[in-house]
Amino acid sequence: MQAVITVIGKDMVGILARVSTICAEHNVNVVEVTQSVLQELFAMIMMVDISKCSVPFSELSDCLTALGSEMGLTIHVMHEDIFNSMHHV
Amino acid sequence: MINSHDILETINMIDNENLDVRTITMGISLLDCVDSDAEKACVKIYDKICRYAGYLVRTGEDISKDYGIPIINKRISVTPIAMIAGACPGSDPIRYAKALDRAARTVGVNFIGGYSALVHKGFGPGDYALMRSIPQALAETELVCSSVNIGTTKSGINMDAVDRMGQIVLETAKATADRDCIGAAKLVVFCNAPEDNPFMAGAFHGPGEPDCVINVGVSGPGVVRAALAKAGDCDITAVADIVKKTAFKITRMGQLVAQEASRRLCVPFGIVDLSLAPTPAVGDSVAHILEEMGLERCGAHGTTACLALLNDAVKKGGVMASSHVGGLSGAFIPVTEDAGMIRAAREGALTLTKLEAMTAVCSVGLDMINIPGDTPAEIISAIIADEAAIGMVNSKTTAVRVIPAIGKKAGEELSFGGLLGGGPIMEVNRYSPAKFIRRGGRIPAPMQSLKN
Repeated sequence: MQAVITVIGKDMVGILARVSTICAEHNVNVVEVTQSVLQELFAMIMMVDISKCSVPFSELSDCLTALGSEMGLTIHVMHEDIFNSMHHV
Repeated sequence: MINSHDILETINMIDNENLDVRTITMGISLLDCVDSDAEKACVKIYDKICRYAGYLVRTGEDISKDYGIPIINKRISVTPIAMIAGACPGSDPIRYAKALDRAARTVGVNFIGGYSALVHKGFGPGDYALMRSIPQALAETELVCSSVNIGTTKSGINMDAVDRMGQIVLETAKATADRDCIGAAKLVVFCNAPEDNPFMAGAFHGPGEPDCVINVGVSGPGVVRAALAKAGDCDITAVADIVKKTAFKITRMGQLVAQEASRRLCVPFGIVDLSLAPTPAVGDSVAHILEEMGLERCGAHGTTACLALLNDAVKKGGVMASSHVGGLSGAFIPVTEDAGMIRAAREGALTLTKLEAMTAVCSVGLDMINIPGDTPAEIISAIIADEAAIGMVNSKTTAVRVIPAIGKKAGEELSFGGLLGGGPIMEVNRYSPAKFIRRGGRIPAPMQSLKN
């Protein structure tokens, strides 16, 4: 079971490190990362495996949202099904 | 494989274009709560609602977090209370409204619908008493919504009920005059009311429905408008195509939420209502979609044509995205709940007569329209009759939710706050239909076609 973590905001040191630390702490495996920096706007999309996540999904989501507001970034954590159903017939 | 463009598109829809699931509505049958002792019936009703919907709000919040989709409302619809109250003649139906209100508070939902009566062919036991109690029920409860079905295509229009409802709408507004007449905003008069509508204030759980069911209403006018803005100067065929594709995506999201809610609550999935439901928030307006199509203001000549295209394309896109479609399904045009309509009404671009024409091609009817407080009851009845006639002849749902602004005149404003919004009071035609309304009787069901 996979989820998608997206991080959008102003580029700064340690974004990837802090997001992946939270993943590691909750036993969430990072499967794939794509990131781009366009005119100082940082956008990262991370596919993660949540099947062995040590806490309920909503708790992980709260954790990352809190990190987002602390760093001034918009972080979304969404189950992959939402994208599969919206964008594939 | 999910590509990053799709991911960013979805996130942009949620963050910037107000994409959301408007409501998860649990329909609960109260037919097994009937009792000749009204007190006992109320206890059964309260207990059943709390038992069935105890986890509804929590589950909605969990799904919202897991999928990252805002789910704005969690609501309950119940069997029309007139069918339950009919078992104890002589007792005051108000106590049922209070039991519903208590249950809704206990489980934490935003609204509970079903303080309703179906009187399209005549009054059954309980119907008349319930209708008479509506003004008091809506004044003394906060979360209860009420609706009355006064006509259908198959049975015609019950003009005695139309006459009564004009007075009841007025009395309901008077009973809540100290709160901007909000009672009338929770009362809908229907023709061809659907049994599985998840949207308030008209939701009730029809007698043909199962014991318990999950219905979901989607939204997303902002997303449709943004997609049209991005497309620029394309022809109208392309506009219809863009609306269809966008509606597909919105509805898929609703379908996913509906299936997940149904699975987690162990309640059968009923329908997804494919609706473009606006809110007063900036960027969440159906009127702005019509303006994006090329109208200077909503209400200009051409509005009905644009709305017809929009309403049809939403259905075409949505139908393929969901396994079961129902409810009202289409574009809503509630004036006080739509920033673009409020502006158009304030500027005089949008009038009551244009709105009536628009209801012939949209999904509901004259919705959330403030009218002067001194409007006579027979004019409200006549507005209801006109609207019901459009619904009856066109085999579609139509409804009237007008709010007589007690003590105020055209040009002044009412403000309800929240999703109900607020807006200017619109003038009505003052020539009297009193004699027509007082005749009573029934308008016969219309000829649909010469089928052989």
